[in-house]
Formats: sequence, C-alpha cells, structure tokens
Amino acid sequence: MTITVGTELPPLTVDVTPTFVVATALATRDFQDVHHDRDAAVERGSRDIFLNILTDTGLVQRFVTDWAGPDALVRSVDLRLGVPCYAGDELTFTGRVAEVDGGEVTVAVSGVDSLGQHVSATVRIEVAA
Amino acid sequence: MSAATDRAATGDGSGPAGIGRSIEEAAREIAAAGPSAPEPARDPVNQAMINNWVEAIGDANPVYTDPAAAAESVHGRLVAPPAMTQVWTMRGLHGVRPADDPLRRATELLDEAGYTSVVATDSAQTYHRYLRPGEHVAAVAVLESIAGPKRTALGEGWFVTTRTTWYVDDEAVAEMTFRILKFRPPEQPATGHSAGATGDAGTTGGAGTTGGAGTATAGDDAASAEAAQVLRPVVTRDNAFFWDGLREGELRIQRWGGTLRHPPGPLPPDGDLDAEPDYVVAAGTGTVHSFLVHHHPPVPGKRLPFVLALVELDEGVRMLGELHGVDPGDVHIGLAVEASVDRIDDDLTLPAWKVRS
Repeated sequence: MTITVGTELPPLTVDVTPTFVVATALATRDFQDVHHDRDAAVERGSRDIFLNILTDTGLVQRFVTDWAGPDALVRSVDLRLGVPCYAGDELTFTGRVAEVDGGEVTVAVSGVDSLGQHVSATVRIEVAA
Repeated sequence: MSAATDRAATGDGSGPAGIGRSIEEAAREIAAAGPSAPEPARDPVNQAMINNWVEAIGDANPVYTDPAAAAESVHGRLVAPPAMTQVWTMRGLHGVRPADDPLRRATELLDEAGYTSVVATDSAQTYHRYLRPGEHVAAVAVLESIAGPKRTALGEGWFVTTRTTWYVDDEAVAEMTFRILKFRPPEQPATGHSAGATGDAGTTGGAGTTGGAGTATAGDDAASAEAAQVLRPVVTRDNAFFWDGLREGELRIQRWGGTLRHPPGPLPPDGDLDAEPDYVVAAGTGTVHSFLVHHHPPVPGKRLPFVLALVELDEGVRMLGELHGVDPGDVHIGLAVEASVDRIDDDLTLPAWKVRS
C-alpha cells in the first residue's frame, strides 16, 4: 500500500444500537449508569444512553487499523469529544492521511453522528517503510 | 456557599475572585504532592477480556485473537489492543478512587467550590509498546493542571488535566493526558441535571475510570459555548459588507476605485466625499506580518493560550484574526497562512487563519 498525504481512508459507519452502547461500555469496564440505564441517563438530562470515551478510542483505533492492516503499530490516539452519540444514532468515521514521515503516518479522523461532530482524533501509526 | 464563591460564579473575568486564587493554590498543592501510589489492575492482561472487547468494538484485527496470524505478524505473538490500555485499570462496578488519587482530590476541591458536575473533553494516549497477555499493569496518576474559571454552555467550570502512566514493573508502557470539565450546572429544578452532564462528581468518584470520568458527551458543546461568549464587533453601514461576506464564506476587502482599504472606513484614503466603495473578494492567502500569543488574562470565548495574527493578504492589506491549529512556538513572521472562518452563530462569523499546507 502506498500511503501519501491526502489519502482518504474507507469510511466506516457504526450502527449505534442500545446493545452496542451497553456492550462496549461493559467491555471497557465502564459501569456508569448513563451508558446502560436509559432512565438514569434521561434523568441526568441526556436523551438516551450514550457511548463512552473508551469506546471512541477503540473505534478510532479500529477504523485506522482496518485500513492500515494488522502489521501497523498504533503509537498514539489523541481525541477530542464533541456532541454525544446516543443509542439509536449512526456514527460515521472518515479519515485522511495528514502526514507521512518515513514509516510514521499521522491520520486525522472524524466521527460524525446526526447531532454533528462527535469525535475528532489524530492517530499516529508506524508501518513498514 | 461563600460570598467569594458567588463572586466567582458570575464569571465576568473581571477580578481575581478569591475562590479562583484558592482553587489555583490548592491545585498547586495537589500537583506538588506528585504521582499517586501505583494502582495495579484487577487482572493481568488476558485473552478473555480482549475477546470481549474486540467482539464489542467490532475489531477484526487478528493480532489480538488469532495465535497463528499473530505469530506471523510483526508482533510474533498475540498482543492486546493499545486502546484497551485504560481498560485494564478501570475500577469496575464498585471501585473507589484511593485518597491520594489526584483526580479525586481535584474533584473534591471543585465539588466544595460548587462545581459539582463533570464531563470528559479530551484524551491523548501514547503507547510505547503493545501489551501481551499475562502482563500486569499498574497506573500512576498526577495532576497536571486546573484551569479556569471558564464560561461554557454547560455552566461555569474548570478544566482538570491529569496525566496517567501505565507501568509493567518499572517500565512505562503507555501514557495518557485526560481532561475533564468540572462545572456548576446553571440554576435548575432540584432534581434536574444540565444537558450533557453525565452525573455528579460523586458518581465519577465512585465508578470513574483511571483517567477520568470515562464518559463521552458534550465536550465540544462546552467549547462552542465558550465561543458564544465572544466579544462581538460593532457592525456599521461601512463595514456590514465585511461581516455579511464572512457569513457567506467570503473574505471581502473594501475597494475605492483602484485602492483597497482594510479595515473598511467611510472614506477613501484621499478623502473624496463623493466616492462610493465596493469590494473585492480576497483569495484568502497571505503571510503573518506580526502576531502575539495571548496567555493572560482570560478572554471570553477563547481558550488560552491563543495566537492572534496580523496577516498581510496577497492583495496587500493586513487583517487580524486568530491563527488556529498551530503550536504557538511554531508561529513566525512570514508564515504562510490561509483564511478560515470561525462561525460563532447565525449572526456572527469571525475571520481566522490556519497554516497553509
């Protein structure tokens, strides 16, 4: 694979079902009620249960390595959170290679749901040069 | 609530409110106390939790689950997903932060000052190497900073930044900078919570993560709310075209015959009272003519520090705007920039710059 600045990653759309929100929250050992108890989430002012940040980190990593392949080494994931991603929504990731320095590749990732920008991230990976 | 707290709550940025100073002093104490004692993960890195995680996330990378494929890979054996690093030291269903945990101390400090709600905003993780099943990590956390008070959509609050390092024995294997906003929810019915809030600090303290609140919600809402507080320009008959243009995504320069003028004014430079201006649309490219990095005092709607650049446009006029997406240390006179816009709301869009790629 030739990686050059500007290369677009294949988009990934995640169907954020209630099951997905709950399964990922528990798989990341995050037991806050807003990630599995809709009544509690609504009482706290949210529309529904919503994704937790550890899942965003996981999804961003997956999105990049789905494209870069199993031998890519993930060196860092920086992310900034935006609007919530509630159960029942769809979350679409897009990405673009921002920098290439030998085998070190920096990818800018954006995750958008129906409310807007849910997450923006910068992922640094190492690939065989 | 003390009178000092009430003053700080107005958040007008006009005074070094007593509570503000004392929060900063207390923050320095917490930071000076240094790192927490290492907190070991409940379980070693293990295949069962990895399998649950990749199944939930939908990650089909075989280096995490397929021994044969992993053996053939650069790793030579099965490894754990880097993004699981924080998972290993999550405190679980009934976990409690230890008394020396800096985020717990910062949380208690801000709770006492009335900033009782919490939302996570940023996470930056660096992985020095991949973890392998069987390894046992421990997390050490230190308070990096408490910054505020800031006005946000969620209410006035303080940004708390912690830094966590994961060790295997004495080897640092991963690091994370984690930022939360501790905010005072706006006045509301006693049972209510503000939108986007994920619970009070007590909840977080009880069930929170190693790094922080562990909840993704309205972080950038908070940022955009800061933006809503920006100082607004005075729009006049003479400069309305400029602000109208920005709303439509155009950078417009006033033109008097053959002469461009910015900032726009009521007269051409030669003082001809009969002249009528029109405008040209700038290409949007230019170079930094001068700049400053603003560290203090706080400016409504701005995150500190920020870079304010006077840019010489290719058309020849100079224009002010915030320069985004660049480390202040990397800005220099002559830096090639291009226009972008800061859309504040339906009425106001501000000119801004970004480094030309």
